[in-house]
Amino acid sequence: MSSDVIIIGGGLMGASTALQLAMRGCRCIVLEKDSPGRHSSGVSAGGLRQLNRDPAEIPLTVEAAKMWRNIEALLDSDCDARFPGQLRIAENAADMEKLERRAALVRSLGYQHEEMIDRDELYRLVPALSPHCVGGLICREDGYARPYHALTAFRRKAQAQGAEFRSDTKVHSLRKKSGAWHVRTSQGIFNAPILVNCAGAWAKAIAGMLDEPVPLTPKALMLMVTERLPHFVDPVMGAASRKLSFKQMQNGTLIIGGALLAKLDFAREKTEIDWLRLTESAATVLRFFPQLKNVRIVRAWAGIEAFMPDNIPVISASQTCSNAYHAFGFSAHGFQLSPVIGRILSELILDGRSTLPIEPCHIGRFNNMEKQ
Amino acid sequence: MNNHYQLLVIGGGPAGLAAATTAAERGVTCALLDEQPTPGGQIYRAIEAIPEQRAKLLGPEYLRGRKLVNEFRQSAAEYFPETQVWSIDKEHQAGLLHNHQAHFITADQIIIASGAMERPVPFPGWTLPGVMQAGAGQILFKSAGIVPDNGVVLAGSGPLLLLLAWQYLHAGVEIRVLLDVTPFANHLQALPELPRALLAYRYLSKGIAYQLELKRAGIPIMFGVSDLTAEGNERLQRVRFSHAGKRKSIVSELLLTHFGVIPHIWLTQAAGCKHRWDNSQQCWRPELDDWGNTDIEGILVAGDGAGIYGARAAEHAGRLAGLQVLSALNVISRQERDQLSRKDRKRLHEERHIRPFLEAYFHLPDNLLATPGNDTIVCRCEEVTAGQIREAVAAGHENSNQVKFFTRCGMGPCQGRQCANAVAHIVADARGKSVAETGLFRGRPPVSPLTLGQLAQLPKKGTA
Repeated sequence: MSSDVIIIGGGLMGASTALQLAMRGCRCIVLEKDSPGRHSSGVSAGGLRQLNRDPAEIPLTVEAAKMWRNIEALLDSDCDARFPGQLRIAENAADMEKLERRAALVRSLGYQHEEMIDRDELYRLVPALSPHCVGGLICREDGYARPYHALTAFRRKAQAQGAEFRSDTKVHSLRKKSGAWHVRTSQGIFNAPILVNCAGAWAKAIAGMLDEPVPLTPKALMLMVTERLPHFVDPVMGAASRKLSFKQMQNGTLIIGGALLAKLDFAREKTEIDWLRLTESAATVLRFFPQLKNVRIVRAWAGIEAFMPDNIPVISASQTCSNAYHAFGFSAHGFQLSPVIGRILSELILDGRSTLPIEPCHIGRFNNMEKQ
Repeated sequence: MNNHYQLLVIGGGPAGLAAATTAAERGVTCALLDEQPTPGGQIYRAIEAIPEQRAKLLGPEYLRGRKLVNEFRQSAAEYFPETQVWSIDKEHQAGLLHNHQAHFITADQIIIASGAMERPVPFPGWTLPGVMQAGAGQILFKSAGIVPDNGVVLAGSGPLLLLLAWQYLHAGVEIRVLLDVTPFANHLQALPELPRALLAYRYLSKGIAYQLELKRAGIPIMFGVSDLTAEGNERLQRVRFSHAGKRKSIVSELLLTHFGVIPHIWLTQAAGCKHRWDNSQQCWRPELDDWGNTDIEGILVAGDGAGIYGARAAEHAGRLAGLQVLSALNVISRQERDQLSRKDRKRLHEERHIRPFLEAYFHLPDNLLATPGNDTIVCRCEEVTAGQIREAVAAGHENSNQVKFFTRCGMGPCQGRQCANAVAHIVADARGKSVAETGLFRGRPPVSPLTLGQLAQLPKKGTA
């Protein structure tokens, strides 16, 4: 089976890349070892966040935010995206100072999307908040969407443009023969001149097949969701000095995260909730919203994701092989970037360069580290 | 409650009671946790407190529970009623709610005796007030003596439906009609299983006696019924159905349905035990060895939670699991275990004689399980219809879990307990695949709801 491009990984980045390439006339085939969005792409918290990004990601996140505003034009689906803002709460003067330094940094880079707010504005935006807070940092254009819906929209639009998706197709080996990649999988051999590695937590193994070691660590972050409650809060919330991600969805449920790790058996691809750690999330939520004490937790889960040592992704041509590309290691904040990543990869592949600055995301940044 | 026991038994029905008693009699420290306020499980519900009159109406099989509960009460096993288990893991740690407080306890061995639940089968109108599962009718009768006072229509398939009809007849309830949806073709399918079933003549003759008695009392019974529909504005007013080639209807404010029972697998699923689809019992069940061991060391299952064989079989399986635990804890040798288990193993084998026949006879048609009609709600919590599930399949969502992600079917407070099987059947039917391939919803803890406050106050290990 042959095509122009083989994309390994049927998550958000693979589907987005397939869509952008297909829109420019490339025949793509996406090889997915499970089903699309089985791991982090399908089960993330779905945050559309520009707030508090690494400076290296700011040009990308700002461009992605523009794409999300018009996501329906791209995907024929609004992915249930909402834009009530994302907010980091300050609980004391030290928190305020920390947030002010951050706001100054973003301004110094020439961006205006992060804005300090005082106590009055904080309580105007979130009247239900416990009274001890003093202010915050907000990005008013931020919000959230539903990850599995977004993934489905990317996949279906890509399919409509001619891209093919193969589930239950696990890559066993890669070989280059007379200018074409031969990808041997659990479902037979696939050929294409160009190869893209969007394999998420499994991208290290794919990179390894290209003799390109990367310091990727798979981890699983826990999330929990509560029963439905009457609407009481709009923005997505985090805290300046606590691990928290908190939002109320359109249907009234609360999604609570806090970058807490589940127990992970990577070889068996199994996660197990670590309740003793999750107590921290519950306690943090109750610190900001004590009135939620009797709200029932309906479900907790964790998705397996790729983390890089510097918490920014690899978006890069391969250093070891021509016509091979990488996009992985989004370190649990790739969802918002997904539309722009497809575009960057399509530019890299078809134009030889990206219109956005991706040098900090080059795979070569780990060269010395790996040699050590 | 201690932080650690040698044996933790979850569930206070016949399997759990027998297992706990067996282990405690040999000096093993044992805690039995149960959601109910009194021991006996669903089958022997309220057995200690029931008035003699009502107990008689429930029949001699029900009274059998007295001995079991008495023996358990006399044993040294610690009993914790009204206790929910919300998590369980392969390290033998169980999260529980007792007196509204969350705790963790650990055990060397865990026996899950979670029993069975009624198979939820969505059909048009099943969510109307006035339509209930027959089990709910039985709970009201056993625990409070409440029976319908305005007449009832019974519909579905399976021995329990017949039993409830018989109990209601004796309690003076007006049964307007009993609609049996068992297909006629099943009679033939079940025939080869009849010889073995004859060994269990006690069950067979009881079933026949119930039917004769209902007939003699003039209760109309219709066989081969299909296209069951509940209708009404706001609440149930009439039941429509097809029978003998004609569309018929009957006025009623109450419809009790029963479509057989399936194992309650949510705890074994949470623990990460391996499960398989059983095509004969039409359910998912944990994979076990002859002693009840799951694929996770030290976690066992006994009773109907392991596959449906009934209350007496559960009691025997409970004793076998108890003996296995004693052997695993080196309280008895393997030889003693084998020796002591002989009688229960023989009885268990005898109890199973009737099952292949019953399973074939009451096998539900796939088109009923795959929710005919697109407007029927499948997931009550999130109000997802069969049509929405079929649309999701058409959009390329290939298995139960993908359909769940896309439609939210099974993401409500009941965690998919009510819709998991229906979704698997619908997806399998739409894709021309087997239910085994379509898959079961992945378990997402907590197994039962826990509040943010309870989680925040969860004591660290060792301080429970």
